This record gives sequence, C-alpha cells and structure tokens, in this order.
Amino acid sequence: MIWEIKTKKELAFTNKPWVSAILPLIILFVSMSIIKTDTFLTTSNIMNILRQSSTYAIMAVGMTFPIITGGIDLSQGSLLAVVAIVVGMVIRDTGNILLAVIAGLAIGVVIGTLNGVVIAFLGMPPFIMTLGTMRALRGVALLLTKGSPIDIKLESFRFMGTESLLGIPIPAYIFVLVAIAAQFILSKTSTGRFIFALGSNMEAAKISGVRTNWNRIKAYMISGICVAIASVLYISRLGSAQPIAGEGYELEAVAAAVIGGTSIVGGEGSAIGSIIGAVVVALIRNAMVLMQVSTYWQSIVIGLVIVVSVSIDIIRKRIESRRVN
Amino acid sequence: MVNEDVILRFEHISKVFPGVKALDDISFDIHRGEVHVLLGENGAGKSTLIKILTGVYGADEGRILLNSQEVKPTGILESRALGIGTVFQENSLVPHLTVAENIFLSREIKNKANLIDWKKTYVECERWTKGLGVDIDPRIQVRRLSVAEQQIVEIAKILSQEPSIIILDEPTSTLSNNEINNLFNIINKLKEEKEITFIYISHRMEEIKYIGDRATVLRDGKYIGLVPDLNEANLDDIIKMIVGRTLDEKFPKRDVEVGEVLFEAKNLTVNKTIYDVSFNVRSGEVLGLAGLVGCGRTSTAKAIIGMLPKEKGKIRMEGKTVTINTPNDAIKLGIGYLPEDRKREGLLLDKPIRENITLPVLNKFKRMGLLSKAMESRTVMEYKEILSIKTPSIERKAKYLSGGNQQKVVFSKWLCAKTKLYIFDEPTRGIDVGSKSEIYRIINDLAAEGAAIIVISSELPEILGVCDRIVVMCEGRVTGEIGAGEATQEKIMKFAIGGVV
Repeated sequence: MIWEIKTKKELAFTNKPWVSAILPLIILFVSMSIIKTDTFLTTSNIMNILRQSSTYAIMAVGMTFPIITGGIDLSQGSLLAVVAIVVGMVIRDTGNILLAVIAGLAIGVVIGTLNGVVIAFLGMPPFIMTLGTMRALRGVALLLTKGSPIDIKLESFRFMGTESLLGIPIPAYIFVLVAIAAQFILSKTSTGRFIFALGSNMEAAKISGVRTNWNRIKAYMISGICVAIASVLYISRLGSAQPIAGEGYELEAVAAAVIGGTSIVGGEGSAIGSIIGAVVVALIRNAMVLMQVSTYWQSIVIGLVIVVSVSIDIIRKRIESRRVN
Repeated sequence: MVNEDVILRFEHISKVFPGVKALDDISFDIHRGEVHVLLGENGAGKSTLIKILTGVYGADEGRILLNSQEVKPTGILESRALGIGTVFQENSLVPHLTVAENIFLSREIKNKANLIDWKKTYVECERWTKGLGVDIDPRIQVRRLSVAEQQIVEIAKILSQEPSIIILDEPTSTLSNNEINNLFNIINKLKEEKEITFIYISHRMEEIKYIGDRATVLRDGKYIGLVPDLNEANLDDIIKMIVGRTLDEKFPKRDVEVGEVLFEAKNLTVNKTIYDVSFNVRSGEVLGLAGLVGCGRTSTAKAIIGMLPKEKGKIRMEGKTVTINTPNDAIKLGIGYLPEDRKREGLLLDKPIRENITLPVLNKFKRMGLLSKAMESRTVMEYKEILSIKTPSIERKAKYLSGGNQQKVVFSKWLCAKTKLYIFDEPTRGIDVGSKSEIYRIINDLAAEGAAIIVISSELPEILGVCDRIVVMCEGRVTGEIGAGEATQEKIMKFAIGGVV
C-alpha cells in the first residue's frame, strides 16, 4: 500500500512537463540575485522583466496549442504586426478603443481559423501552411502601412501597456489571466483533452470518436486569439505599430514553449510551462543587460538554454521509463 | 534429420531489471539445423533472452556459447557478424527505399569508383529473393509491397548476410494462411539445404506444432522445461507448462439466448475495396468475419464506423436506418471498434490508462461542465477490477503495459462507452495464451449481457471457437455464411478463396 502511494507520487511529479524549465529558472534567478543584488533584485527591475516578457509569454501560451496537436504556428509574428496595425489604424481614425480591440481579436480568430481549416481539411502540413500565412501577412502589414509606422498617442489606450496596478504592471495581470484560462482549457475541458489525444495519436483519437478536424482548428484559433491579445498589449506598451513588428517572435514563442516542456512532436505540454519558458528567456536578456554583456551573447545563451532544458526533459523521460520497466 | 550438434548453448543466464528478475538461471541448448521454439507468456523472459543473444542487453550472470566459443555481442551489428540474424516482429525495412536498397542497406555493393554498383545490386538482390522462391522486382519501393512480401524481403535481407542462426519473432502474426504456408516452406527449405538454425517465437500453438522441432518453455524468467518432440507433444501439456496451470477450456462455452437483429449492413460499398457487403448481427450473438488478409474484413469494419467513406449502402441499428459519417456518430449509436493494430490505432501510448479509457465518452465525466478526474478515476478503477488489468496505478502510461493488459485497456474503452455493437478486429493478436482465454471470457460475458459482437480474425480455430455464425469474405465480397455447428476450417477456407477448391 505504501509502495503504491509512493509510485503514484513519483509519477505525478515526473509527469509534469514543465519540471525541466524550473531548474534554469531557479538557477538564473538565484545566481543573478547574488551577483547583482543591487540592480537585479529591485522591484522596478523585476516588474520590467514581467512587462517585457508579457508579449512573448502570451504568444508562447498560444503556440502551446498547435504544438500539442503535433503542429506549429509560424504565422504568429506577422499576425502580431497585422493586428497591431489594424488596432492602431482604428484608434487613429475613430478613437474607439473597444472597436479597435474587437477588430484585433476578430483578425486573430479569422487567421487562426484559416490556418486550422486548411491544415485539418486539406491535410496541409502545419509548417507549410503557417509559413505561407506568415509571409502573406507580412505583406499585408507592409501594404496597410505603406512601410511607415503608425503612432498612437491616445493616453487612455497607452495606459494598459505602461501603467501598474498595486505596483504590478497591467500586462503581467493579463498574461497571468491568459495563462490560467489556457491551462484551464487544457486540463479541465474536453477540448483540451481532445487536443492532447489527437496530438498523441491521431488515428486512435479518431477511432475513439474525437472530432479531430474541429479540435485541430480550435488549436489554431486559440493561437490566433492569444496573438491578438499579445498584439494589443504590445502596441499599447510601445505606442507605435511598425510593419516589421514581431518579426521572429514566432520562434521566440516556440523556444519558450519548448523550454517549458512542450513536446515538439505533440501530445505533451502545458500553458504554465510555456509561461515559465518565456520568463526564463526574459530573465536571460535582463541578466545580460545588467551584466553589460554584449547582446550578441544573448542569442548564444538562449540557444544553449533551449538545448539544455530539452535535454533535461529527455533524461527525465528515460528515467521514468527505466523506473517503470 | 536433426542431429545432436549443439550450435548454441545458454549457460546459467540471469538478468535483473530494477524490481524484476527478468531471467533466472536459464540454461539450454539449441541444435544445428533445428527449428527451436521459445514458448512463454508475455513477460516470461523470451524477449529479454533474445535481446541478450543479439547484444541489446548484457547478461548479469552466465554465458552464451556459440559453436563452443564464448560470445558476448555488444550490439545487433556484432551479433550479425557472429552469424545471428533477426527478423523482428515489426519489420525493420525503410518504406521509401527499394527492395534492393533495403536488402543491401549499410552494405552497399560498390564499384571501383566507390559508387553504388546498381547493376550488380539488382542481380544480387534477385538471387536472394528467387532463392526464396518468390519473384519480387528489386526496383520497387518496399511500401508498395504487401505485408507478406515485405516479410519475405526482410528474410532475404537477413539471408544475404549469410547467418547460421535466424531468430523469427512472431513471424506469422500478420500473415494469411497461404502466406504462412509459403513461409513454412521457406523455413523447411533453408533448414534442409543450408542447415540454418531457427529460433522461433510464437503464441500460436497450432503452428508451432507444425513447424517446430523442439521447444523450450520459460515462465516468469525461469526455465520450465524442454519439449523434446513438438510433433508428438500434447498441446494441453504444453499450455500447462506455459501458464503453470490448466486452462479450464481454451474457448469457454457460452449459453446465450440470441435475440433480435440489432445491427444490419446492406450493400455496403467502399471505392475499390468492398462491394455490396450485407450481413446482420443479433443481440447476444457473436458473428465471425473471416477471410484472407486483405479480403476487406477491416475495411468493412471501418466503413461501418465511418472511418472509410461509403459509396453506397445502408446501416440499420435496432431497426432504424442510421447515418454514420464519422466514428463519433458510430459511438453515439453504440458502435465501438477495437482496431487490429492497438499501438497504431487503439491507444494513446504516452497517455495514462485513465485518459485512454474515458476518451470515447469523455463528456460523461463532467461536473458542472468541467472534467472531473475523480469521476474518471472511479469508473476506470471499476473496469481495472472487472477486466483485472495488471498495473500499479491507473495513471501509468499505456506504453508500459504488456500486450494483454494494453488490449484490456482498449476493451475497457468500449465497455465504458456502453457499446451495443462491438467490432473486435484481431482481438488476441500478439497476446499470450493466458490473456487470450481471459479475452474470450470477456467476449462471452458481453454477449450474455445482450451485446452484439463481430469478431474479425485470421486464426481459424479462434473464429470456430468463439463465433455463433461465420460470414466469409473474399476480394471485397461476402462469399459465404456458415452456422457454428457446421463450420470447419476447410469450409471457411473454401469460401475464403472464392468458393473454388
């Protein structure tokens, strides 16, 4: 009996995919707190990290869904730009924040659905489909702006991205809310379970009655919605929408998700993990700046962290299978 | 005749994995030129022994003598160099490469410029396949071949390495009867002409009696005994050695009142696969769907559940005509399909037992619109008890269970969905004798509760033992129907090859 309880606990712990991201997070945080106590461990710096990581974190949460289905959403970065530009234009022309946000979210839903429908019904490889929308949307962003940025000066809109509530930046609240909602969908709704199931074994899920096409579409819709939310925060924080905004962000999101234990072959992942992954990346950036290390080194270190945390994940699974067999 | 020349000797082999003694002091001999069968339930230690012989694992104790020389292969390549070839259960061919490329993979025949000499490769390739009495184009991609042809390519590949011992791990599990006969002819030929020794692993009692010379029985990692002459041996005695107890009856009797027609298929047609397939099943009845591999049995099942699009045809469930376009529709009507390949189509291998079982009717496990793990666990624990699934926890990933327990998980899935029509496609494939009779008992219990059951199987004794009525298919059409009382293997075969003997 005691033995049985013990195995259950062990399995419960090793089953959490985000375990591998916790270690780099703790190491980074503790070592920075010791080395740069005066500049790192200040409220303003910590808040800054949260604010900066909010865009990536929300996108990474969105990215988690397509990746769990065994796919990917490369159109995220370009979609961020298109949404930011449309939101900016609506505010510039009408001054109506609500209308702008609704328009932004609608674009996110439409593009996500488009990706999902073509991938699910036509059987297009997700990589190719979203590579296509990535390029096309970047073109749309350039067309809409004719190449020049759109500035937003409306203070009531900028408030969201720049101000704090009870000492914590508003974007941090939003990304925590998004993460909770996403984690809730993944673990408490049948949609979430179906997304895991089809990512784990599409054929078996189908035979078990999972509506695989519809649930795959949902995954890309959620990714689109998350990007739209991230985009609204982004433009509100920076006050300007560049046509080249968000370039390469999709890969940052993939990196955060993967660091957070989401399996690139599908079937495994969590919103919490992706958030942790995004914070780890933001911490590295921040640490490098504080330690006055050349920005060139940032990429090298982030690259290493991706490889190290996925290695931890692989080793974790090996240990699990050895223990069970 | 088999002579007493020992080619391979296992001496006191032991192997411990954390928590289990996988092999405990195993010693026996294998003679040159014999077909030596390894018998045992799943988990008895057969695979571990083979893995030690092929160098995948090292033994903790004991030694292996090959031609009286101690050998310690440290990997499959090294064991191959020693003359030990293995034909794996899941074939190890590369689907997109040609037959010749597969056979000479990593041993390409080169010309003087160190480039691949294709002409010579194709000639060599044909030499090996023709040696097996088959004519396969060396330039064809392996994925375009049938399962049986692929297996012959696999054997040709092993043979081209000129081994003295060939290990065959469940070679017949995906073959039809004709193909099995062909394989056995090849084995006999190689045995006679080249004195090749075979180590043969199989769960099919009928065939080992036919093809094997001697057998070694393992149980729970221990050596149980030797069957010196399989031809003369009594099957019941062998089964007793394997399971360590007498199985009351291999196919338990069923005494069920057959009820009304529950399911009816009329003129089911799927593009270029099945044509005008019609049959019905009554509640409490077990209907067998027999025929050679590729005759359309599985396609019929998949058409019924909406995995394959129907060109025409009607399905009636409990007297009402119904539309089934997706497996989801089928589940709502109470039709559940247990696929022939449980790893590819039956299970989420990386997911816990609990999530596998609740998947088809997940919406039942909600409290206030949210999934309740507690509700799931309660139900899953029930089925774990009913079907006695052996696992320390229902949170264990499906991939860590034995074949028999995995199959029970898939069974639980459909029990849990309160299915009315069960379609079991090869329900006992790759499952040991003990679990097999448990599965037959489950099928009987389901019938007794009034479910209608369709069993698709390539094992004729299984079809004869379990079914009340047998529908035989050939090349996509129904060619005959036989009541259990009058059914014999010969009659089924006659219909299965199209009615002409």
